[in-house]
Amino acid sequence: MMQNSRSKCGKSSVHEPVVTRISDRALEHLRRVTDRPDLSNTRYDLVEPLGRGGMGSVYLVHDRDLDRRVALKVLVSESIAPAMCERLVKEAQTLARLEHPGIVPVHDVGMTEDGFPFYTMKLVRGLRLDRHVTTGIALAERLQIVERICDAVAFAHDRGVVHRDLKPANIMIGPFGEVLVMDWGVAHIRGAVGTLREGGDVAGTPGFMSPEQEQGDGCLDERSDVFGLGALLRFLLEGISAPRPLLAICRKATAFDRALRYATAGDLARDIAQFRAGLPVSAYRETPVERAWRLLRRYRVPVALIFAYIGMRLVLLLLTGN
Amino acid sequence: MCLHFHSTLSMEHALVSDAISASSGAFPDTHRSTVDAIRSGDPDVRRVAFDALARSYWKPVYKYLRLRWHRDSQDAQDLTQEFFARAYQKEMLEQYDRDRGRFRTFLRICVDHLAQNEHTAAMRIKRGGSVAIRPWDLVEIEQELSGMAGSREEDPDAVFHREWLRSLFDTAIRRARVECERQGKQTAFDVFERYDLLAPNQGESLTYAQLADEFGVPITQVTNYLAFVRRRVRHHVLAVLRETTTNDAEFAVEVREVLGA
Repeated sequence: MMQNSRSKCGKSSVHEPVVTRISDRALEHLRRVTDRPDLSNTRYDLVEPLGRGGMGSVYLVHDRDLDRRVALKVLVSESIAPAMCERLVKEAQTLARLEHPGIVPVHDVGMTEDGFPFYTMKLVRGLRLDRHVTTGIALAERLQIVERICDAVAFAHDRGVVHRDLKPANIMIGPFGEVLVMDWGVAHIRGAVGTLREGGDVAGTPGFMSPEQEQGDGCLDERSDVFGLGALLRFLLEGISAPRPLLAICRKATAFDRALRYATAGDLARDIAQFRAGLPVSAYRETPVERAWRLLRRYRVPVALIFAYIGMRLVLLLLTGN
Repeated sequence: MCLHFHSTLSMEHALVSDAISASSGAFPDTHRSTVDAIRSGDPDVRRVAFDALARSYWKPVYKYLRLRWHRDSQDAQDLTQEFFARAYQKEMLEQYDRDRGRFRTFLRICVDHLAQNEHTAAMRIKRGGSVAIRPWDLVEIEQELSGMAGSREEDPDAVFHREWLRSLFDTAIRRARVECERQGKQTAFDVFERYDLLAPNQGESLTYAQLADEFGVPITQVTNYLAFVRRRVRHHVLAVLRETTTNDAEFAVEVREVLGA
């Protein structure tokens, strides 16, 4: 129906709709534009959607004042509570203070014209960890990635922030090998009431969520993230014939009882670093044979030189009889 | 039985009054689900809920019968009316089990069942008659259907879903229009209609500058007008979704499906 009944655009009858039929094309257009945040009262121009998560959508926007592109995350929770906006501001302020090369910096926080809280952050281009691993990376690089995630998370813990949703999709690997921990939307801040997630007790992702999170335990601490880090390590070891000490690190980090886990992300990082350096790890009691084998591998160059020297002396002994 | 429905226009005005009073928040208030209210023991509550449900689904059901079941206009109209009459009388909709799938799919299957089992001319006589359930203008719907022949080959669920989506936005836009009229913001709605409905309908590429020129307003005002009406359309879309879903989880899924990026 509805075709254009006005003689000139802008001069239509007040009471009769001009358009009475919504075409498929118009329908798709409407779905797109009505979902977009109303940024008319901000300094940002929406460029394109980047993705959508459980709590909100992320858009590529242009910052007119600074003439640069940033990522804007706007909460789209349908049961948003008024107090949630206040929490978002508080959390954004806290995250803005997390100045660490492994954490995406928050630039700005505000409210859209239609009352949705948002914040902007550095625009990160790269691959999510779950996609990065499909490029066939070596074990050493995988361990290095986990170590760097641990460093960033330990830094946040030191400032009272527990991420609570560590998973491959929330780790970004930049074009120069940067490792960035993303999406702090369900983070818990020490001393803060509640979180960004509505109904906030069960936040996280199955498979990467600690048992206490699954059970809705309100008293979460850094060890919940240690579980997530262990799950990340386990994810990175999938399909690889991993040495026993490494598997033991995984087991310890993801222990059901949090008292049995590493106390801090830093402790976990240290154990991984120990393994990479060929040193004993706290999570695994090695047998004498394993110890000898590890030492042989760790000191393979001097050991090879010693064996070469001994071999040479034996040859000389056989040849000269002295 | 005779079910009475508000005329489309008065209904929209009534609903918009509620919407305006609740428009301060970003999201519609949580209503008791229409689907749940249909199960109410109170006949008045049940009737109002059924009325709301028919408003949401009459058009998709009719179009579905026209497109998918190749029924002519009169036949589709009779069957649609019979569907809602049966649904009300036989309490068919009360049998919906949310654990077995979404309500929309349940409805579509019920429509298929009715269309499949409708053989005799006697049934045709039985249809219609005293039951007047038609909250939409049939001529208008037929006009909408014109030029949609390609849809006949589509997956049934996709056809029903798309028509339901169209009906959803149609309702939301009507409510937004009434709202704009009441608030003296007709120009805002005209700009929205021109840019978000007419231009896409006609495959026309329109810039904000052209729009500003057409309506004789600054470009910034065009942005404000569009933002305002889109916000109201979104509000009404969410309100209708809230009315026709059974719980928060279903509502969240529907919102993501309807408005998701």
